[in-house]
Amino acid sequence: MSLRTPLGKVLGRGSAKQGVSHWWVQRTTAVALVPLTLWFVFQLLHLPTTDQFAVREWIASGVNPALLVLFIASIAYHSALGIQVVLEDYVPNKAVKLAALLANTFIHVVVAVVAGYAVLRIAFTTLAQG
Amino acid sequence: MPQRPLSPHLGIYRFAYTMATSIAHRASGIVLSVGFLLLGWWLMAAAGDEADYALAVAVIGSGFGKLLLAGWLIAFCYHLCNGLRHLNWDLGRGLEKVEARRSATVVVVVSAALALAVVYAAFFAGVPR
Repeated sequence: MSLRTPLGKVLGRGSAKQGVSHWWVQRTTAVALVPLTLWFVFQLLHLPTTDQFAVREWIASGVNPALLVLFIASIAYHSALGIQVVLEDYVPNKAVKLAALLANTFIHVVVAVVAGYAVLRIAFTTLAQG
Repeated sequence: MPQRPLSPHLGIYRFAYTMATSIAHRASGIVLSVGFLLLGWWLMAAAGDEADYALAVAVIGSGFGKLLLAGWLIAFCYHLCNGLRHLNWDLGRGLEKVEARRSATVVVVVSAALALAVVYAAFFAGVPR
């Protein structure tokens, strides 16, 4: 048994360098999403969205697949971090909070992968069809 | 786990409208997170067959779907403008009480104007290329 206090144990060791990562990634994705969301909304306004063929053509054209994958990944990360903070703040029951945080992560990862897969599938099949 | 001190509960603060902009930032963020589910569904439908996409168009294009879309566009405009205000704070600027109140007003006015323009373009006009 050590007689050192918990404070004494950690003094002078500096931080674990992990403390700001949540904060920092939230900001990084926020900066990325400024141009990406503006691009997406502006493109959507031009798109004949009821026409599946036109929507696929747009998704597959030029750098759009890459931009869409970046868009989806940035949203998923930014949204997961944001919802995480809300859950941590407003769910008082520890078990419910743990379950909600797990569900938050799973839902965001699943939606991001599904959406990214859909974009790539459209891009590659449209490419194959010429 | 030691019991660490938490920040005081919302209920003890005197209401200020900068507080409303902060709450609205979270609320619009939650709304947009739900919109992310719709984005995933729309993309899956686009990758699927004609029946899949017809269903998505029917749901999103319905009266209720359009109402939701308008809600998302408004939430997006607000979250974008107030998000820029947050990023400016993160640079250590505009944190004085007077400045924060002024920027709150600016964000509400600018995001309302932007939301009006975007919702009008989306549902009534279309946009020139």
